[in-house]
Amino acid sequence: MKGYLRSDGRKGIRNVVAVAYLVECAHHVSRLIVQKSGADDVHLIGFPGCYPNKYSLEMMERLCTHPNVGAVLLVSLGCEGFNREHLRKFIRASGRPVELLVIQQSGGTTRTLNAGLDVVKKMRAELATQSPVPMALNELVVGTVCGGSDGTSGITANPAVGRCFDWLIENHAACIFEETGELIGCERIMASRAITPELGREIEACVDKAANYYRIMGYGSFAPGNAEGGLTTLEEKSMGAYSKSGSSPISGLIKPGDLPPRGGLYLLDVVPDGEPRFGFPNISDNAEIVELIACGSHLILFTTGRGSVVGSAISPVIKICANPDTYERMADDMDVNAGRILQGAGLDEVGREIYELVQKVAGGELSKSEALGHQEFILTYKQFEPIGPACLPAA
Amino acid sequence: MSATSTKLPPLLLLHPDDNILVARRDIAAGENVELDGESFVIPAAVELGHKLARRPLAANARVLKYGAPIGSMKVAVARGEHVHLHNLRSDYIPSTTRDGADGS
Repeated sequence: MKGYLRSDGRKGIRNVVAVAYLVECAHHVSRLIVQKSGADDVHLIGFPGCYPNKYSLEMMERLCTHPNVGAVLLVSLGCEGFNREHLRKFIRASGRPVELLVIQQSGGTTRTLNAGLDVVKKMRAELATQSPVPMALNELVVGTVCGGSDGTSGITANPAVGRCFDWLIENHAACIFEETGELIGCERIMASRAITPELGREIEACVDKAANYYRIMGYGSFAPGNAEGGLTTLEEKSMGAYSKSGSSPISGLIKPGDLPPRGGLYLLDVVPDGEPRFGFPNISDNAEIVELIACGSHLILFTTGRGSVVGSAISPVIKICANPDTYERMADDMDVNAGRILQGAGLDEVGREIYELVQKVAGGELSKSEALGHQEFILTYKQFEPIGPACLPAA
Repeated sequence: MSATSTKLPPLLLLHPDDNILVARRDIAAGENVELDGESFVIPAAVELGHKLARRPLAANARVLKYGAPIGSMKVAVARGEHVHLHNLRSDYIPSTTRDGADGS
């Protein structure tokens, strides 16, 4: 594997130019810049809200200085609450090329678009001169998420990802699993895998927080398609999702934007702290993917039973299909057919295929969703307290 | 479906403590399958990934899958019956469907 070395010592497996809108009002102009650049390595990210929010500012800091990002163009309307100067300085301090266009100052849509295209062209030319350096597995961060789960997910794709995670962690990679609201019912089993009893208590408390939050929202994280695919209850879905974590000890509990300090298995707590305020914690799968990426994930292992097609901006998404019938219908979108486990293939065999594919995609091979141009992105309002001292015990 | 899959048992026991089994493929009503070493006729079609009762389950019985509780029975069911939203409820947060019905 090879990576692009950044000033903080991390390495990126891609070298993309991120075009970031800082309010929905700058979204269209930003999208035009990305589309008209005609380049697959120019990605659109952004935050739609006009009101300032500490979480979204910190998320944008992490995303714009993610190791897979080589340069950033910020696009502001001009009157929104986002602290654009702070973000620009933060990115500049990382050593990356960064430019800021303010639509109201540039003179509107067309002038900003033309200026943006010039900026992106110069940035891409500069990135093209950077040479990747050797990169080892212990420098890799891999996140996992499931979407469109069904009765096959917990039997095939999820435990196969768990095997892959075990092998990555043996090689000192950092692996992140998440959605505490989709782990309701697994809290005691998870806590027993924590490297300290104090961390175990933190894990139980964060799942309790998630259960309380979702109860107030009025819905658990359970979609109609989950039931059509044979899943009946939230805790049943949780047990299936949980198997993505494999069997390694849990080294830490992190929140969106926290970087794993070393290799190992980490649980990402995505449910906001305090009273429920801004709605559902993660309104769709890509909101979870964005948070995994903000924690430094270079690539994402996405398991699906019903059949998701999404990818992501910034980090490649590898699609692992749990259901053999879905695979037959949607093979063009799927990188791995884990459903063949139901037809006699071994978990280790499929886990090994995923493990090898992780290294190929980290080495530059395009995942299916990446080749199809999927670059979904969503970021919404949240609030978090910093993690407590028991969440990241010393190794 | 591959030739090997037709020979594989259509019902999966995921953990020895479980009181439900999972369909490895779509199973037709009237199909003769092996259930805990005995021949058993499936009473109603069950789709891939769905569950059926390994033994008779009483109302309020805890249902175990992967060896872990996944909810409680709303009503009693016979051996081999489909276990789903109509007879199993969450012990945490009710499941919802598109028409607003829930699994509570």
